[in-house]
Amino acid sequence: MHRLAKKHPLAIRWFHWINFPLLAVMIWSGLLIYWANDVYGVRVGGHEIVKFLPEKVFADSNKPDSGFSPYAPPAPGWLPRAWMTKAEPENPNSPLHLYELNNRLAEGMGWHFLFMWFFTLNGLAYVLYTAMSGQWRYLLPGKGTLKNALQTVLHDLHLRKEAPSQEKFNGAQQIAYTMIIVMGIGSVLTGIAIYKPTQASWLLSLFGGYGAARFIHFWLMMGYVGFFLVHVAQVIRAGWNNFRAMITGYELVNVQAAQELFPTATPGASE
Amino acid sequence: MDESEKEAPKAPEEPKDEALLEMKRISRRSFTWGGLAIGLTYAGFHYLHKMGTETDDTLPWLFRRGLQFNEGVNQRLYSSQRLSPTFTDKDITEARTNGDIGLGDDFDPASWKLKVEGGAMPLVLALKDIEALPRQEFVAELKCIEGWSFFVKWAGVRLSDFMAKYPPAGKVDYVGMATPDEQYYVGLDMPAAVHPQTLLCFEMNGQPLALEHGAPLRLAIPHKYGVKNIKRIGVIRYQNVRPKDYWAEQGYDWYAGL
Repeated sequence: MHRLAKKHPLAIRWFHWINFPLLAVMIWSGLLIYWANDVYGVRVGGHEIVKFLPEKVFADSNKPDSGFSPYAPPAPGWLPRAWMTKAEPENPNSPLHLYELNNRLAEGMGWHFLFMWFFTLNGLAYVLYTAMSGQWRYLLPGKGTLKNALQTVLHDLHLRKEAPSQEKFNGAQQIAYTMIIVMGIGSVLTGIAIYKPTQASWLLSLFGGYGAARFIHFWLMMGYVGFFLVHVAQVIRAGWNNFRAMITGYELVNVQAAQELFPTATPGASE
Repeated sequence: MDESEKEAPKAPEEPKDEALLEMKRISRRSFTWGGLAIGLTYAGFHYLHKMGTETDDTLPWLFRRGLQFNEGVNQRLYSSQRLSPTFTDKDITEARTNGDIGLGDDFDPASWKLKVEGGAMPLVLALKDIEALPRQEFVAELKCIEGWSFFVKWAGVRLSDFMAKYPPAGKVDYVGMATPDEQYYVGLDMPAAVHPQTLLCFEMNGQPLALEHGAPLRLAIPHKYGVKNIKRIGVIRYQNVRPKDYWAEQGYDWYAGL
C-alpha cells in the first residue's frame, strides 16, 4: 500500500523548471561574449592545465594562430562538427550553429542583456516565495546541517552504512541549494558591476575592479556547471519517485515499509 | 444460504491502492503540462533564433528592443552626468591598440582640419583652435566591449566647452562624429556629449596622440564602451536624428553607456 506525500509546492516547481532554460541561455550567451576576451584557464606553477574554452570549442577562423591541428585525433562522428574542427560559421539555420561560439559577440550581448531580466526576476520570485511560504525552513542550513551533510556525503560515497535522517532535504542539499542562491545573487551583482561600471562604480570597487568582477562572474558560471553535473547525477541516483516529485509535487510513500520500520506508529488509519 | 455461497469463493479482497491510482492521474496531468512547456520553450527559442531584423542592422528586432529598453531603464535609474572613477598616474597600464577602421594610410596629420556641420555656419578648425580651450586631464579606465580594459591618462578639452564656443545652429539632440574618410562613425546623445568627462583628446599618457591611437584628435569618453572613443575625428555634426553608428549597425548597442 502507498500513500501520497506532498513534497514540492507548485510555485517552486515552476521556478525550478523555468530557471533551467533561462540559466542555459545565460551561460550560452555568456560564452558568446566571453569568446571576445577568452583569458581564463587553470594554471599550476605558470603552466596552463586547462584553457577556457579550449581552442577546439572556440572554433575561430579569424584568429590566425588557431588553425585546426593536423595532429589532433580525428573527430568522432557523433560530436557536432564545430566541437572538433575550425570552420567558417555554420549556416545559422543549422542546429549545429548553437555550438559555434565564435564571432558572435553582438548576438551574445543581445541575448544576455534581454534574458538577464527574466533570469533575475525568476530568481527573485523564488527567493520571495520561499521566504513567505515558510519553505525556507527546509532549505536553509541550521545547527546540525554540517554534520548531516558530512554524513550524507560519506553515505553517498559508500563509506557509511546508514543515510542520516532528514526532513525534505539532507544537509548536503541544504548547503548546495542555499549556496546556489548566494551564487545567483553574486552573478546578478557582478553582472550589474560589469554592465554599468560607471553608474555602479561603488559595486565595481566592492568586487575589486572591472577585471575582478568579470573573473568572479565567469567562475560563478563554472560553479553552475559543476552544480548541474552533481545535481543531475544525484537525481539519477535518487530515482524516479524523487524526480517525479519535482514534476508532480507528490512522492509515493510505501506504507507497509513505513510500518515495518516504525511498528509502533499508527497504521494509515485515515486512508 | 445462497448469499454466503456467493461470497465464499471470493478471496479476501485486497484494498485498492488508491494512492497509486491517484499518482497516475497526477502524473498524467503534470507530465502533459511539462511536455507542453518544453514544446513551447523550444518553439519560442527557435522563433527567437530565426527572427529577422527590423532595421538595416544585424540584430534581430526583439534584442534591439531589449537594448533600447535597457537604455531607458539606465536613463531613469541613473544620472547621465555621473562621473567615471578617476585614478592616479601610477595606475596607468599598458595601452592596447585595437581598431583601425577609418585609419587608412592615406592621411597627413599636418594638413588635418576639423569640420563642424550643423553650426550657425560651416566651420573648419585647426588643432590650435581646439587646444585654445580649457585643458582637462584625468586617468580613467577604458573598457572595451570585448571585455578587456586598461588605465590611461587622457588630456584634451571638454566637448561641452567646444560646443559652447562653436554652438549648434539651434537646439539639437545628438552629436555625430566620423573619421575624415567616413569609414568609422559614432553617435552620442546630448547628455553624453556634454558630460564633463567627454573629451576631444589630443594627448595620451602625457604624449601627443600616436597615429594608431587617433592622432591628431580623438574622443575620450570613459562612460561609454571603447567603440565610442572614435579616433582621428574628421567631422563633428550637430543633428536632430540619431547619428549612425558603425558598431550599432553590426548589431551592438547604440547607446553603449557604462
